[in-house]
Amino acid sequence: MSKTIRIRKGLNIKLKGKAEKILVKAEPSDKYAIKPADFPGLIPKMLVKEGDTVKAGTPLFMDKNRPEVLFASPVSGTLEAVVRGEKRRILEVVVKADGKDSSEDFSKAKPVDSTKEAITGYLLAGGVWPFIRQRPYAIIANPQDTPKSIFISCFDTAPLGPDYDYIFQNVDPDFQTGVDTLAKLTSGRVHLCVHTDYPPAANFAKAKNVEIHQFSGPHPSSNVGVQIHHIDPVNKGEAVWYVNPQDVSTIGRLMNRAEYDVSKTIVLCGSEINTPRYYKVKGGCRMTAFADNVKAGNVRYISGNVLTGAHVAADGYLGFYDSQVTVIPEGDHYELLGWALPGFGKYSAGRTFFSWLTPHKEYDLDTNMHGGHRALVMTGQYESVFPMDIYPEHLVKAILAGEIEKMEQLGIYEVAEEDFALCEFVCTSKTDVQSTIREGIDMMIKEMS
Amino acid sequence: MNPLRRYLDKIKPNFEKGGKFEKLHSTYDAFATFLFVPNTVTRKGTHIRDASDLKRTMSVVIIALAPALLFGMWNAGFQNSEALGITRTLWENFWFGFCKVFPIIVVSYVVGLSIEFGVAQARGHEVNEGFLVSGILIPLVMPVGVPLWMVAVATAFAVVFGKEIFGGTGMNIWNPALLTRAFLFFAYPTAMSGDKVWVSGVDGFSGATPLSEAAAGQPVTASLCDMFLGLIPGSIGETSTLAILIGAALLLFTGVASFRVMFSVFAGGAVMGLLFNLWGANSYMEMPFYYHYVMGGFAFGAVFMATDPVSSSHTATGKIIYGFLIGLFAVLIRVLNPSYPEGMMLAILLMNTFAPLIDYYVVSANIKRRLKRITVKA
Repeated sequence: MSKTIRIRKGLNIKLKGKAEKILVKAEPSDKYAIKPADFPGLIPKMLVKEGDTVKAGTPLFMDKNRPEVLFASPVSGTLEAVVRGEKRRILEVVVKADGKDSSEDFSKAKPVDSTKEAITGYLLAGGVWPFIRQRPYAIIANPQDTPKSIFISCFDTAPLGPDYDYIFQNVDPDFQTGVDTLAKLTSGRVHLCVHTDYPPAANFAKAKNVEIHQFSGPHPSSNVGVQIHHIDPVNKGEAVWYVNPQDVSTIGRLMNRAEYDVSKTIVLCGSEINTPRYYKVKGGCRMTAFADNVKAGNVRYISGNVLTGAHVAADGYLGFYDSQVTVIPEGDHYELLGWALPGFGKYSAGRTFFSWLTPHKEYDLDTNMHGGHRALVMTGQYESVFPMDIYPEHLVKAILAGEIEKMEQLGIYEVAEEDFALCEFVCTSKTDVQSTIREGIDMMIKEMS
Repeated sequence: MNPLRRYLDKIKPNFEKGGKFEKLHSTYDAFATFLFVPNTVTRKGTHIRDASDLKRTMSVVIIALAPALLFGMWNAGFQNSEALGITRTLWENFWFGFCKVFPIIVVSYVVGLSIEFGVAQARGHEVNEGFLVSGILIPLVMPVGVPLWMVAVATAFAVVFGKEIFGGTGMNIWNPALLTRAFLFFAYPTAMSGDKVWVSGVDGFSGATPLSEAAAGQPVTASLCDMFLGLIPGSIGETSTLAILIGAALLLFTGVASFRVMFSVFAGGAVMGLLFNLWGANSYMEMPFYYHYVMGGFAFGAVFMATDPVSSSHTATGKIIYGFLIGLFAVLIRVLNPSYPEGMMLAILLMNTFAPLIDYYVVSANIKRRLKRITVKA
C-alpha cells in the first residue's frame, strides 16, 4: 500500500440519524424507475412502449447521441408509465414489478480471456455501461475512449454516508470479477481508495489487480474527483473513469452469473428516521418501501446525501448511483431575529454561533436557507473546504462569465458539482454553486463536441 | 403565529409588484428579514445550509468593533479633560465623548444607508448588509472634532463612487470606510491632519499625536504603555491597541477575518521597521518597529481595514502577499514621507488597488502548474 494521502481542507458535518449496522431486507417495491435526470446531459430515446413486458436487463431507453449505451430495467414486469415534464422531457420511466425477478438471458463471460472491445460490447449490451462514469464532465463514460486509469472509492465521508466496509463485510466474489473486468478497459491501473479511519473490508484490502491508496481527513476525501486529483489528475484530452463499489459488483454479477441484478445495500438515515439502518434493495426502488420507518411531519426525502442528493417525493424513486436515502425536516418556518440569537443548536463551519462549544454534538439540520441571497463577500471561504489545487472562486466566476478558455485553464476537467457541495454549504452569501458548475460543464461539452 | 409575523404578512402585498408601496420593496424586505430569518428552503444543490449568513457575519464584526468604539468615546472625554486640566470621573469622560461621537455614527449610517436602500430598490436587489460595518468604521477613523457635514459628504462620496458605481457590495475595489477618510484627508486637510484636530471641545489646543511627533522628527512624548492602552490623541477608534486586539481575537476566533492578512500586515511592518533600524539615518528610522504597531492607525488598519474580504486579495496565497506589502508600505510611507504621517490608510488603499493583480499572478501560477503536468508526462 502506498503512503497515506492526507486531505486537510474539508468539513465533516455531524448529523443526527446515523444508521446502526443492522441489515434489513426491504419490502419489495411495487414499482421501480429509472430517471434520466440522474445522467446529466443525456437525451433519452425510448425503446419500449407503455404496457410492454420487460425483464430485468431489458433496455428501456438509449442515449440518443450514443445509441450503443442502453439503460436497462431493474426488475421484470410491465412498463407502466413514461412520466414527462416540461417540454415533454422524460422524468421517470416506471416499471411495475411482477415479483418474479426474471432476468434477460446473457451469456457468461470471463474477463481474463476477453479483449477490451469484447468487454465493452458485453457491458453495453448487458445494460451496465451507465454505471461507468468519466472525468472530465462527470457523465457516463464514452465507450470509444481508453481511460488512463479507473477509480473505485471504497468509502464515503459525506454526512451519514454508507459504510462500505460494512456493506462488503461478507466477501463478494463478484466484486473481484468486476475489478478484473474494469482492468481490461484501461491502459493504466485500477485504483482502489480506502480511508485510514475504517479498517478496510477484506474485499477491498485483498483485492487483486488494483493499486490501493489510503486517504485520511474529512469530507470530501471520498469524492473521486479529489482522489483523481491527488493520484492521477485529468489533463485536457485525457479521461479517467470511476465506478461505485456496489456497481462494480453488479458488473461482476453480470459476468459471473449472466444475469442483470441490481441488488444493493443502501443506508436509510437522517433525523426523521425512527430506526436508521441498512436495507437490501434493488436499484430504482420506491421510497414507499421505507415509509413505515419515517417520522410523521413535514419531511424531505433525499436520494443520496444531504450535500449532493436529489430531492425526491415520498413516493419517488432511488437515484441510479445512490446508496443512501436521507430524510430530514423541511425548514419552511420563520425565525424571529434568528441571525442574532446565540445559536447553541445551530451548525456553522465558523464559530459565529455558540455551537462551537459542542463540537461533537450531532445536529438535526433542516432545509432552511438561513438567510437571503447576497453578493459574494466572504472571499476565501470556498478555498478552505476545497482540497484540490484549484481556485474554486475563480473557476465559478469564469463559468458565470462564460469564459471557456479560462474555465479550461482553471481546471474544469477535474471537477464535478459534488466537489463544490461544501463550498455551497458554507457560502455566507447563499449562492448556488453546484448548478453553476454543471452549467460550466455543459458549456464545455458543447464547445468540445 | 407570532403577531409581529402576522402583521408583516398582512402588509406584505402592499410592497409587492402592483402594491401601493411597490417602490419600497427593498426597504420592506430589509426590515422583514432583519426581524425574521426568512422561511425559504433549499431548492437545488445542497439540502442543508450553514446557519451563518451575512447578517451574522457582519454583527460579529460590529461586536468586535465595540471595545475600540467604547474606549474611543471615553478617550475623547479624557483627552478633553487633560487639555483643560480638569478631572472628571470615568462616566463623565465617557458621556462627553459619547455626545461627540454618537452624532457622527448617526450621520454616517443615515447617509450611507439611504443611498444603499435607494440603489437596492433601483436595481431590484435585496439590501446588502455590508454598510452596517462600514457605517461604524467611518466614525472610528475620524478625528473626534470632525464637522458632521464633512462626515456626510465623505460618506456619500465613498458609497457612491467607492461602491455603487462598481456594482455595489462585493464589487468595490477600495475599502469604503477608508475612502471616506482619504477623501477628507485630501479635500479638507486642515480638518483631518495637523495638531489642532485631535482633541475636541478645546479651541486651538495643540494635541500632537505620537505619529505627528515622530514624523516631525521630535521624540515621542507618550510612553509605550500609554500608546498601547490608547491614552493618546488620535482618531476615535484607533488609539487603543489593546481594545483593537480584543476585537482581533474575536474576529480570528470566529473565523470571520483572515488570519493570513492580519498576521502578515504585522510581519510586513516589522520587516520594514527593522530595515529602517539598520539604515538609521534619523531618529524616526531608529525607532523600534513595535512603536509603529501602537501609533496611529496601524493596528486598527491591520485588524479591521486590511481584512475586508472584498477589497483584499481573494486567494489564500494572495492574502499573505497583500498583507505583508500593506505593513511594509505603511511603515515606508510613514518614515519617508512626513507630509503623510498616516501611512496605513494610504498603504491599504494602494494594496486594495493591487489586490486583483496579486490574485492574477497567484492564479496564473496555478494555471502554469496545471500545464506543466502535461509536459512533465510527455
